[in-house]
Amino acid sequence: MSIWEYANPVKFLRTSGTVLPWIVAGAALCTIGGLVWGFLTPDDYRQGSTVKIVFLHVPAALMAINAWLMMLVASLIWLIRRHHVSALAAKAAAPVGAVMTLIALITGAIWGQPMWGTWWEWDPRLTSFLVLFLFYLGYMALWEAIEDPDSAADLTGLLCLVGSVFALLSRYAVNFWNQGLHQGASLSVAPGERMSAIYRYPLYLSMLGFFLLFLALVLIRTRTEIRRRRLAALLAREHRA
Amino acid sequence: MRALLWRDLRLAVRAGGGFGLSLAFFLIVCTLVPFGVGAGGGQLSRIAPGILWVGALLACLLSLDRIFALDHEDGSLDLLATAPLPLEGVVAIKALAHWLVTGLPLVVFSPLLGVLLHLPDAAQIWLVLSLLIGTPALSMLGAFGAAITVGLRRGGLLMSLLVLPLYVPTLIFGAEMVRRGAIGLDVTTPLVFLAGITLATLALVPFAAAAALRVNLR
Amino acid sequence: MSLISVRDLAVVRGGLRVIEGLDFDIPAGQALVLRGPNGAGKTTLLRTLAGLQPAVAGEIICPPESIAYAGHADGLKPALTVAENLSFWSAVFGGPGSGPALSAMNLTELAARPAHTLSAGQKRRLGLARLMVTGRAVWLLDEPTVSLDTASVALFADMLRAHLASGGAALIATHIDLGLAEISTLDLTAYRAQPGRKPARPAGFNEAFA
Repeated sequence: MSIWEYANPVKFLRTSGTVLPWIVAGAALCTIGGLVWGFLTPDDYRQGSTVKIVFLHVPAALMAINAWLMMLVASLIWLIRRHHVSALAAKAAAPVGAVMTLIALITGAIWGQPMWGTWWEWDPRLTSFLVLFLFYLGYMALWEAIEDPDSAADLTGLLCLVGSVFALLSRYAVNFWNQGLHQGASLSVAPGERMSAIYRYPLYLSMLGFFLLFLALVLIRTRTEIRRRRLAALLAREHRA
Repeated sequence: MRALLWRDLRLAVRAGGGFGLSLAFFLIVCTLVPFGVGAGGGQLSRIAPGILWVGALLACLLSLDRIFALDHEDGSLDLLATAPLPLEGVVAIKALAHWLVTGLPLVVFSPLLGVLLHLPDAAQIWLVLSLLIGTPALSMLGAFGAAITVGLRRGGLLMSLLVLPLYVPTLIFGAEMVRRGAIGLDVTTPLVFLAGITLATLALVPFAAAAALRVNLR
Repeated sequence: MSLISVRDLAVVRGGLRVIEGLDFDIPAGQALVLRGPNGAGKTTLLRTLAGLQPAVAGEIICPPESIAYAGHADGLKPALTVAENLSFWSAVFGGPGSGPALSAMNLTELAARPAHTLSAGQKRRLGLARLMVTGRAVWLLDEPTVSLDTASVALFADMLRAHLASGGAALIATHIDLGLAEISTLDLTAYRAQPGRKPARPAGFNEAFA
């Protein structure tokens, strides 16, 4: 039995139906747990209580990028192996990824106000997230604009491929354009720069929670998309007969 | 291939072809900006590189939908796809024609607009050079956006949304090159990046655009 | 020897098969007329044979680059003259010059006129004249006689007869009688795809999810 069997919509619906409640429960537990635990941590000696937004900001930013990566992989699977569920999963992930990007941007702005004294700074990281958000918007708009589902899947797949290359290019271009205020990676491995364990463990939990949340939302949306497609397919068959 | 290029150029200069429109648009943008931000205090010369590049980008965007939409409407695209030309070649030629009609005039007349916007004399050469290197990438990426949206009734607005994010790297390196030239810094790094992006775009994007066209012709 | 053969072909419209199990051969010097009600898949079949869309099953056997397709739209540029339009396609296909094509469709007097000044029937004649400058052997014609008057239909029939006599072949979707002895007909109703069977390789979302 190969992993590709899950590309069969019926099989996908059945399997995802069994695991979905567990993922939803895990997502709720980890996200709420991580956020509450994070909220109860002591204030940072430099950043005060504002640091607590990190438990929302970092996992959202992480998933914003991972969602695009997942869309890229799903698009490639669709373009190469023509598994229909894969195309629908890419479609389902886009709005979730866009909302994650938006959360990262908004929490970043709220955090930046007391820290840097401004709501918005044209900092490389913020700017490249804004560009990423634009890519999400374009991708979703293209799915909505094309009526024929097969063409829509192909064209959005192509856009995702080309967009990925240019999103990466933009990231480096923006870095070059303005060396920013943003702190380095929150979970940097370089010694001395590490976050203290007090913050690190709730952050890990929150990240796991956001990952499960993303997974649950994408599964639910993919299931909805499959059912919508099935409805459309039955209607098309009826019109033809 | 040469016949296709000649046909596209001839269509552009005949009545209704829109030759020169984007140049006029470029001029208008560069005229409006001083009204908006004020002309005194040397601030124009500071923002001139950015204005000129954004203006060139918008002027280029304006005429993108002509690349494939008209050929799709009158059935020429179907016939071109069945002709003994590779569709990738058709895309490249049509992007080249678009560049010759919109990009090249912008490059040639940009120093004039640079003068209007108080661009420092030292930066003029870099402005021309950066546009010369960067605008072919704009035309080619535009051809990709046009190929994706060719089957849609009102694809123009959607195409801007798809294409403009792809323009970000070119815009950054192009404007940065002029800005560095204006204050006498070394321009090698942005120049190399700009040229690299353009060359990679010209080499790879025709395949993506041709694939999009094939999907839209189904 | 047949110029184009089709074996067990299935073609798709809107993500569903419309025609299945289609077999035919067109030998040189013969023309086949497609019949069938609206929606039977005539246009879809012609576009599939022209290579504009993939076939989901079966095979199309014909020499490479031997097909010239003429669809509903004529592919004319209104700003170019009649002669310029023709010589462009002649250059693209590397076919013969446009002189014989112009005279065959009675367009010689209009050669210098811009295409946007032509009437619908004249445009159609120019679109059909394009077939001659492609220099290709197999013509796929989708409703070629739309907006042609009786005299022009006769012109077209003559052109087609000359093409077949010179060893060409044609597949035509049309409802009118062209009055040619070389023509046989094929009714697509018999090959209509049966809904309900689940194909091994779905043609699109509509087949994969039903």
